[in-house]
Amino acid sequence: MNRFFDKVIGDPMNRVDGKLKVTGAARYSAEYQLPNISYGVIVSSTIAKGRIRSVDAKAALRSPGVIAVISHENAIRVPGWADNEHPTEPPTGGRPLRAFHNNRVYSNGQPIAIVVADTYERARHAAMLVKIEYDTDKHETNFEANKGKAVVPAVVKKNPKSGLADYERGQAEGYKTAAVKLELEYVHPTEVHNPMELQAITAHWEADDKLIVYDKVQGTKPTQQAFANEWKIPVQNVKVISEFVGGAFGNGLHNWPHETAAIIAAKMVKRPVKLMLTREQMFFMVGYRPYTWQKIGIGADKDGKLTGIYHEAIGQTSSYEEFTESTLQQTRMMYTSPNIGTKYRLLPLDVSTPIWMRGPGEATGAFALESAMDEIAFALNIDPVQFRLMNHTDTDPDKNLPWSTKYLKECIQVGAEKIGWSKRSLKPAGVRSGEWLVGYGMGVGTFGAHRGAAAVRAKLLANGTVVFQSAVTDIGPGTGTAMVQIASEHLGVSPDKITFQLGNSDFPQAPNQGGSATVATVGSAVVATCKAMKEKLLGMAPAADKRFAGLKVEDVTFDKGYLSLSRSPSVKVAFTDLLKKQNLSELDVLQDSKPNQEANKYSKYSFSVHFAEVHVHPATGQVRVKKVVTCADAGTIVNKKTAANQMIGGVTGGIGMALQEEAVMDHRFGRYVTKDFGDYHVPVHADVPPIEVYFVNKPDYIVDPMGTKGLGEIAIIGVAPAITNAIFNATGKRIRELPVTPDKLI
Amino acid sequence: MIQFQYTRATEARMALDAISKDQSSMFIAGGTNLVDLMKRGIVTPERIVDISRLPLNKISYEGKVLKIGSLALNSTVAENKLVQHKHPLLAQALNAGASAQIRNMATVGGNILQRTRCHYFYDTSLPCNKREPGTGCGALEGFNRMHAIFGFSDKCIAVHPSDMSVALLALDATVLVEGSKGQRRIPFGDFHRLPGDKPEIDTNLLPGELILGVEVPDNGFAKNSHYLKVRDRASYAFALVSVAAALQIEKKVIKDARIALGGVAHKPWRLAEAERSLIGKPVSEASFQQAALLAMQGAKGFKHNEFKLKLAPNSIVQALKVASRMV
Repeated sequence: MNRFFDKVIGDPMNRVDGKLKVTGAARYSAEYQLPNISYGVIVSSTIAKGRIRSVDAKAALRSPGVIAVISHENAIRVPGWADNEHPTEPPTGGRPLRAFHNNRVYSNGQPIAIVVADTYERARHAAMLVKIEYDTDKHETNFEANKGKAVVPAVVKKNPKSGLADYERGQAEGYKTAAVKLELEYVHPTEVHNPMELQAITAHWEADDKLIVYDKVQGTKPTQQAFANEWKIPVQNVKVISEFVGGAFGNGLHNWPHETAAIIAAKMVKRPVKLMLTREQMFFMVGYRPYTWQKIGIGADKDGKLTGIYHEAIGQTSSYEEFTESTLQQTRMMYTSPNIGTKYRLLPLDVSTPIWMRGPGEATGAFALESAMDEIAFALNIDPVQFRLMNHTDTDPDKNLPWSTKYLKECIQVGAEKIGWSKRSLKPAGVRSGEWLVGYGMGVGTFGAHRGAAAVRAKLLANGTVVFQSAVTDIGPGTGTAMVQIASEHLGVSPDKITFQLGNSDFPQAPNQGGSATVATVGSAVVATCKAMKEKLLGMAPAADKRFAGLKVEDVTFDKGYLSLSRSPSVKVAFTDLLKKQNLSELDVLQDSKPNQEANKYSKYSFSVHFAEVHVHPATGQVRVKKVVTCADAGTIVNKKTAANQMIGGVTGGIGMALQEEAVMDHRFGRYVTKDFGDYHVPVHADVPPIEVYFVNKPDYIVDPMGTKGLGEIAIIGVAPAITNAIFNATGKRIRELPVTPDKLI
Repeated sequence: MIQFQYTRATEARMALDAISKDQSSMFIAGGTNLVDLMKRGIVTPERIVDISRLPLNKISYEGKVLKIGSLALNSTVAENKLVQHKHPLLAQALNAGASAQIRNMATVGGNILQRTRCHYFYDTSLPCNKREPGTGCGALEGFNRMHAIFGFSDKCIAVHPSDMSVALLALDATVLVEGSKGQRRIPFGDFHRLPGDKPEIDTNLLPGELILGVEVPDNGFAKNSHYLKVRDRASYAFALVSVAAALQIEKKVIKDARIALGGVAHKPWRLAEAERSLIGKPVSEASFQQAALLAMQGAKGFKHNEFKLKLAPNSIVQALKVASRMV
């Protein structure tokens, strides 16, 4: 292991931007007070399907402070949208909704108009005065009633080798001949993105063809490109700032109609427009984890060896845009079994488009797979921990490759010990605490350890400080902090002398922050940039001290802002002296980095296991999660504090998934009825027990030079089944439809 | 939110005058419910009369009656030593409601007058007879998991959301109000209405009347009472079912009993017959089961709230067991 790793990497360093956040100094997308700013409020549809007959803005326009009411009737044409029809038909494939493009209504809550006024309050008031008349068409929003109409995704039709295509290893439905077999159906309801910070954008046309947006997104570069295409202007004429993001779990991975609405409005009123959605609008406009039905056929021999799993899923999407997620991937690679089949379908409905939500399809799929594993272990009368270990696979049976690293067994062993698994009764309802039934459950999670391409700039300044820059965003995990730690290790400069600037499309290329790939992707670019910087410094060193001549980077130690000879540490020179010697005010290095081909010889995944102890009251059906132990195999842990923070957040999200979250729609209207924090429940403090976090913390250098593997997704994947399995162990009741509310347990 | 005038009253008479002069005016105190309703355009007062500075926040004990001013904060009442000592059920019910932040703003009078949390009432694009008479009840054939099993009508199946009111009903409280014709007392059980044909009217408070306070008489329940609230999460959620249970026990025999339910009707729901059935009975699960059975007479579930027909009696038994210290 690189000796630098022993110093800063892994250190639970405080967040570099922690003080800015807790003192309110950090600026979020709705906090840029540009001169002459105006405020937009969206008026959204109250029908699920049809056409807008008229938009009556007279009363709104008479209201004090109102500058404009913009709808399809008067909106300027977005130049990138050449054809008039939107969206494309038929049902799947399609493209994102176009704000104010024509009179069609595709879902309830769709943006119909934007009211712009001189204050937010006046805009909001006037928005209530806009009268919209519709010609209503019959809508279909009921998943269960329309399940039979599910279709093969367009992406599969186009590419039969897509990971979403039907899959068969051995015999897809080989489970059917097993000695012990089960066929089980699971339902995951719609879950809505509800980060603390509401979706917001401040849009400003600095010139006719020059746009700047302060936008809550997960990628500044992809957003920059999207708006450049939309407005047919050079990409460098679009600037996207997203310096601070108040939580995003996938809802910033897509550009939504309200963003274009604000940009159209800013262009039309010739003033900057600030737009922040209401909490209710967040339920309709910015994606969600889709309602998903799953069926698992699972079989094993009497000794507990799996003989087959057949896993089907149908996910909901909108009528105009195809959204897919890898709900079934883990079933192909998690356990050793001669027969595996998967089948994924989509059900387009008259609803808005879903989007990835933390542990996207995998968390949904893991609920079914890990529940089914628990169910068949019970049928076999085998301890579920034992059952997983018995069916553990040492190579990837899907790709037929060795794992880059896999320490899942270690995770399971540690987790079982820490939760007190030995207290568990194999028979349900076997343990009590006073009146409460006590149960223990577990669930495994996995997610691909992805790495993409990125570039990072570093500027060494004359005072010895270093500024790094990347277009990447930080949606909450502490990206800036981790990058400072990696830079410190690899450049030999103490963390307090390093600044990592991010969230600006002017900075070097970085992909969306998503898929747990940021540390591997951007961190690798930081390492590459540090290496390039060190080479430059070493090249400059002989001018200061001839003893550095002809040496390689490996021969030299970089530490605390000095180069020294590794074999003779007293021979040293400060970075700053090298700049001075050359009369340089700064040393600027830009380096890119991409995954190496060697990594393709391996299958790369992160793994996690979650153990839960729950108490259930038999008379009232109330569930109390008493303790969660979560253990992750995510390679090198760069910062133990922020990493544990991510795991705790993921487990909390998993508690919500298991017990509380459900966006309920009244299908007569195609409209959600639980659409605020009073009705749509997420865990409060009283729901969150002590969560113990453990990391294997063994590097995976196949994935990236730091040895990291992604962490954000595996924090939630497998948590919900750990809890529902524990509920079964406590009560003997198997609830296959989330969330498990008290009414389902009495 | 529509634009409105704001008046601050410094004495009760001034508040009553301001309200009586203007039909579209409303009192505001803590505002924890009213402001939400105004933001969503569900109520649209053109004037709000701020009564939060009126001297109506005292908690006192006179002539065997605990008197609580209508402007006493929920948190203040819950923490009050007299309340905790004499009527722990009331303190428990208050602490079961809302969040610490809301309890720090919300007043006793406002808590009693809070509107239903029915989904259809809160969405102006959906039908609701309570919000807009004649549009129909959205919940009747819609999503009615949180809704009534007692006392509903075909016009409205909403429930009253207050926890505190359930305890006040069980404790035989009286509401003291003042209007243009002077003061009057309303027994708590008569304060809220059933929906009937006029679900838009929640209470028997007359237009222009102001709640001055509530009065709770002494009783023998302090030792054996319990407020049980069953909800979808551990805190900060409205009740699926809640039970205010109070027993007076002597030598393991029940001398007197009070049971009221929350989350089951348009008003807090008192179970007089079940209470009577307990008097003279031994403290036992069998006594409680029998009371619970009686309690559920006449209950009827809808598509999504059938579970309350089981959860309510289970909860009654559970609350009585805790109140009698069986568990």
